[in-house]
Amino acid sequence: MTVTEPSTHDHPDFLQHHWDTPKQQFEAGKLGMWLFLATEVLLFGGLFVLYAVWRGNHPEMFKFGSQFLDTKLGAINTAVLILSSLTMAAAVTMAQRNKRGALMILLSLTLAGALTFLVIKYFEYSHKFHEGYYPGMKFYEPPGSGSLSWDNDPTPMVHGAAAAHATEAPSPLVAANFVMPDAEPTTIAPPVVAPAGVSQEALDALYDDIVAEHHDDHPVHPLQDPNRPDNAHMFFNIYFLMTGLHGIHVSAGVIMLTWLLVGASSIPDRWPQITRFFLLKRSFGADWFTPVDLGGLYWHIVDLIWIFLFPLFYLI
Amino acid sequence: MTDNEQHGVGHIVPISILAATGGGLLVLTVITVFAAGFDFGPANVWIALSIAAVKASLVVLLFMHLLWDRPFNGVVFVASIAFLAIFIGFAMTDTFEYRPDIDTGNAVQVQQKLDAIEP
Amino acid sequence: MTTIDTSKPIPDPAGPAEDNYLTHSSGIMSWLGTLDHKRIGVMYLVSILSAFFVAGMFALLIRTELMMPGEDFLTQDQYNIMFTLHGAIMVFLVIIPSVPASLGNFVLPIMLGAKDVAFPRLNLMSYYLWVIGAIFAVSSIFLGGVDTGWTLYVPYSTRTDAAMGGIIPVATAVFILGFSSIFTGLNFIVTIHRLRPPGMTWFKMPLFLWSIYATGILQVMATPVIGITVVLLMIERTFGLGIFDPSLGGDPVLFQHFFWFYSHPAVYIMILPAMGIVSELIAVHSHRHIFGYRFIAFSSVAIAIFSFLVWGHHMFLSAQSPLINVVFSAITFSVAIPSAVKVFNWLATLYKGSISLNTPMLYGLSFIFMFGIGGLTGLHLGTLATDIHLHDTYFVVAHFHYVMMGSALIGMLGGLHHWWPKMTGRMYTEFWGRIACGLIFVGFNVTFFTQFVLGSLGMPRRYQDYTGPGWSETTTALYHKYHFVSTMGSYIMALGFFITAAYLIHSLFRGRKAPANPWGGRSLEWQCSSPPPHDNFSSAPHVGDCYDFSVLEWDEQEQGYHWRTDLKHEPGEA
Repeated sequence: MTVTEPSTHDHPDFLQHHWDTPKQQFEAGKLGMWLFLATEVLLFGGLFVLYAVWRGNHPEMFKFGSQFLDTKLGAINTAVLILSSLTMAAAVTMAQRNKRGALMILLSLTLAGALTFLVIKYFEYSHKFHEGYYPGMKFYEPPGSGSLSWDNDPTPMVHGAAAAHATEAPSPLVAANFVMPDAEPTTIAPPVVAPAGVSQEALDALYDDIVAEHHDDHPVHPLQDPNRPDNAHMFFNIYFLMTGLHGIHVSAGVIMLTWLLVGASSIPDRWPQITRFFLLKRSFGADWFTPVDLGGLYWHIVDLIWIFLFPLFYLI
Repeated sequence: MTDNEQHGVGHIVPISILAATGGGLLVLTVITVFAAGFDFGPANVWIALSIAAVKASLVVLLFMHLLWDRPFNGVVFVASIAFLAIFIGFAMTDTFEYRPDIDTGNAVQVQQKLDAIEP
Repeated sequence: MTTIDTSKPIPDPAGPAEDNYLTHSSGIMSWLGTLDHKRIGVMYLVSILSAFFVAGMFALLIRTELMMPGEDFLTQDQYNIMFTLHGAIMVFLVIIPSVPASLGNFVLPIMLGAKDVAFPRLNLMSYYLWVIGAIFAVSSIFLGGVDTGWTLYVPYSTRTDAAMGGIIPVATAVFILGFSSIFTGLNFIVTIHRLRPPGMTWFKMPLFLWSIYATGILQVMATPVIGITVVLLMIERTFGLGIFDPSLGGDPVLFQHFFWFYSHPAVYIMILPAMGIVSELIAVHSHRHIFGYRFIAFSSVAIAIFSFLVWGHHMFLSAQSPLINVVFSAITFSVAIPSAVKVFNWLATLYKGSISLNTPMLYGLSFIFMFGIGGLTGLHLGTLATDIHLHDTYFVVAHFHYVMMGSALIGMLGGLHHWWPKMTGRMYTEFWGRIACGLIFVGFNVTFFTQFVLGSLGMPRRYQDYTGPGWSETTTALYHKYHFVSTMGSYIMALGFFITAAYLIHSLFRGRKAPANPWGGRSLEWQCSSPPPHDNFSSAPHVGDCYDFSVLEWDEQEQGYHWRTDLKHEPGEA
């Protein structure tokens, strides 16, 4: 059994009191981060289960829905994340080599990649909402119908005193345009019903305008598409849920990268009494770069999840 | 450049390896987009997932350092994938068992029409 | 820092009792902002026991309502709120964190001879997440109430005009509490990997640490799924997307898969630490080396892994396919095996031991008895043919109370009594400890064994009443007999708990000062003073076989155990 002296050697300032050596502390941090990444895998995993079950039961829904996603933008986003992963990994190497200037440049590039991803995502989402591709029952309301309601209880259950309130009918547009799949093969989905006060011609003209602005490769709006499967809205449910959760993680990554940039700069050296509230008693260097390494691991997982999301939604 | 571990606590990955990995990932992205242009029927999903798995392996082993790291970190990650696979696998057994009973609605005709438009 | 310094003389384990972790610093901020795992453990303990009290009161209200047929003092809606919150608070606020967060936090680093857990700040954050989760959970009572049952099944829970409005607060509470649990498990896994002292290999760890480790695996791997489940629930309820609601095109059975994928491993999160405690209790209080150390250690990990494969046994009647029903049933049978391995090893440990029937041991023995019943009745429920009749009856209620309360909670009480002298530096009155344990044991069995009979006679669960239209007079009279007896049992049990609270609190002020090693344990926590100093050890502890009790002898003067004076420590030998 090894006998070690009580700590008379210099205890570096970043070494917490319950650790013996910096290496022990660093490796513990790594293990802790990998365990956290395992939780992220399982958090997203639930949504992958959602995807798998729905795709297994209704593959036509996905084949139909992926036409409405812009493959070009998706591929650009994939390249952006891959490059930002590269700059992140390079940043870790620079931190280990004590190259503080290069570290800051690479972290800035990674942050730029993250922000680019979010900007592209913003354009994708706003385009979808403009065209009426919403998740849920709102999908069945033609764009411009003026309905901002999310109240989607088509067959509400009676509960106690709410029984009187419970007899509200579903919105007529939803009732007209959402067809519950039933056992018998029905006819192809009927053309979309115009909202009250709008003529069918005006609605068609509206759709023509929308189609003319299209960036995706589908010539017809889904609500007008006779090939629309009965559960078409589910595709957008799953799409928005998964890319939305991923986008939230990218946004958290932006905050994390900003924090790393502060840590890489000289700010912690100049104002440690403020930065220590953000767990940055000193700036990064070759002896202590753990947050860069662990932050990098988080960023790679974000990239990794997108590597799966891209083909699953945009390509197949 | 040598990997100087005198002061550091971890293995340092050379920039050349990182750049090669990044390049490989971009190439694989191009390949997967290219492959999506062809229809292999039900194999579409598996081909896309396989390419994605290769990309993921590159990210995990090289960018995330797992190749040079303590093996238990890899065990943790693989375990999370394994439990996810169990979740998906068991939840999908009903898909296979109930396939004859699925309320298809218009799905059959839609599938035929889509296959006609976009083979 | 722990070292095995064999050149120094044997340290005095009784040590100075002054300047311990309780007196180290004072003031409310020194507690609320502490990074000391012992103080965090104590704060958790107080909080968890408070939540136990609240949910326990709900249980007494439920039992009192059911004692007589007819609507007594709770309306149907109020009754539904009662059992929902009783379940949600007990599961998420009490039993899941009970052993790991309170006793585990206190004991784990000391058992490793370490100064703290791997991530002390994360530890404190886990505690505050628990507090915030508790606030959300309790606020749901005032924000509309929850009446879905703790299982939150859809589509009832997602219909805004059906279930009550307190669902979003409860779902938020579950999400936050999930992260509290994840971070605790993460912390413990890293601590056990990286902070073991030299000489303590994996197979020299106390078995309590093996069980905490296995629990950590479950907390990290399973809990995120309940996180995404409640997020989807909240989104579905708010936006009506149609993920789970069939009238909107969704799949309600999918919710059950999501929910039980976590909630089944969750019950093993509840039981594994308690089993680890029982391993310690049985070995120490029968002064005998644990029998089958490796079997018990491996069985903990086996239970953790197998628990991910059986969640569908909660869904036998959900119309999932017969194939998967058979698969889940078969694997459920096999997950009973490692648990049985533990029980037989404990019994073998008791055999020819020098058994001290003090309070911790009584709890340990109660555990073995009640876990036997709880575990075996799980097989009734895991068998497809019988489950058809027993599902959603009182049989299920009895089964899970036997394992969650009769086993997990009893194990926690046993651990609390076992480590009470260490944590507080005081001995409680042994006489009242035994009385209370007896009352709890008798009360519990009266309460819940009758419920097995009730369930097999067909009484459904979550029913506020068992009389009225549709109920025959004979059925009502029959069920009434058992409900009445069950409620009487619950009052006896409540008395036992109140007595426990009384003598434990009394011991804080008037209890005899505790020696370092009152029970004769060999694991490292018995080598520091009671209570421990701020840094856990005033001198380096000795790592050796933590179940070899032959090196200890009773000291009449200090009323505790210490190293035999006739033994010398050879260099290289612990």
